[in-house]
Amino acid sequence: MSTTSGKFLQSSLGKKLLMGLTGLFLVSFLIVHVSINACIYFNDGGATFNAAAHFMAHNPVIRVVEIGLFVGLLAHVVQALVLTMQNNKARPVKYAVPAGNVSSKWYSRSMGVLGSLLLIFLVVHLANFWVPTKQAVFAGHEHDTFAGLKEVFAKWYFVALYMVGVLSLGYHLLHGFQSAFQTLGLNHKKYTPMIKSVGFWFSIIITLLFASMPITMHLGLIK
Amino acid sequence: MSGNMNLTLKVWRQKNAKATGKLETYKVADISPDMSFLEMFDVLNEQLITKGDEPIAFDHDCREGICGMCSMYINGRAHGPKSAITTCQLHMRSFKDGDTIVVEPWRAAAFPVIKDLTVDRSAFDRIISKGGFISVNTGNAQDANCLPIPKTDADASFEAAACIGCGACVATCKNSSAMLFVSAKISQLALLPQGQVERISRAKNMVAQMDDEGFGNCTNTGACEVECPKGISLENIARMNREFFVANIKE
Repeated sequence: MSTTSGKFLQSSLGKKLLMGLTGLFLVSFLIVHVSINACIYFNDGGATFNAAAHFMAHNPVIRVVEIGLFVGLLAHVVQALVLTMQNNKARPVKYAVPAGNVSSKWYSRSMGVLGSLLLIFLVVHLANFWVPTKQAVFAGHEHDTFAGLKEVFAKWYFVALYMVGVLSLGYHLLHGFQSAFQTLGLNHKKYTPMIKSVGFWFSIIITLLFASMPITMHLGLIK
Repeated sequence: MSGNMNLTLKVWRQKNAKATGKLETYKVADISPDMSFLEMFDVLNEQLITKGDEPIAFDHDCREGICGMCSMYINGRAHGPKSAITTCQLHMRSFKDGDTIVVEPWRAAAFPVIKDLTVDRSAFDRIISKGGFISVNTGNAQDANCLPIPKTDADASFEAAACIGCGACVATCKNSSAMLFVSAKISQLALLPQGQVERISRAKNMVAQMDDEGFGNCTNTGACEVECPKGISLENIARMNREFFVANIKE
């Protein structure tokens, strides 16, 4: 009946929905990722960790999900770029006095910057671990991922870069987790405080867990 | 009188929509702390008129916080340094003697500057015209008790209906998003039985018009909720999202 209603995914709310859904999908990946990584804390020379890594690298279901993961990540990044460009265009003349932190948190206004830092980190991260694993799988020999961990985290500058990446992730999640639920339309007097609290603790715990790994490896606490 | 203030004002001056504007500096003296911010501007304009200068154009009407006209972005905040008020409800006691106050118009592509501090907010009217209404036959209003409405729904609808369309949400949003405004207008009707007939088309058409006007996209920073003079809640944006998704699934 309307001439103005366009295609769903071209609408602002459609794009936001895609951001929220892909964001939550990427969050689910983080849980798997941190669980596999945590296997290093068995401190058994990487035996458990390598077994888990082997499973992840060879299981056909995981292979399919991996493709979905890259598609989800790409959609999240492309959509973020489109939305950010639109948002910049929506205010061609900026304020002389920018808004401070009175009405919103700095990290909620910096999702683009945090996301960009994450993306840079991700490129290095994939080059460090994902590429060598893939090369080994295609060459048909077993890859010692644990040895790779030790080698990378022996270098202080990689540890520093990983700290920047993980911290960006933490703040990105601190806003993104609860924001995704709001975007999905899930705002409720009773449940929203719960979602916010789960998001808060999830962001902190996942940041600390991920951050602990390069540090403990670098200090040689994991044999 | 003691307690009166001398202030430096930096105000955006722009001849017309096409001209390039800039911040001009003015001094005002002996300002009473009991004046409203707009009354202080009246004093400044009297000063300018007496000198033979062009007075500063700014929007104002009711001066009691209900019309939503007084759009001023003061020291980096919509409607100045207090939350949940309009500019006319802002008093000079919120400032100190010797302060420098920067006053800018609402900044958004969808709210072009007409002159100085006045902006064109007819984009909001065009959004309303796409569905911010209910179609009823005229005649005697029926008895209110014929339409039972749960108290919680009536309250939520009333809270959304408190929106005065001032545009502070757009002005304060880092993305110039109008979603708090549009969601309030969709919510107030979606929650009531009278709003059901046009519920689907309303959500789709008002959102489509909002996008066409060139407002930005909400990133849930929550700044709009803090700066809204009527305390419109972010819950409304979530409700608008639901309304829009459901409308798109149904049609």
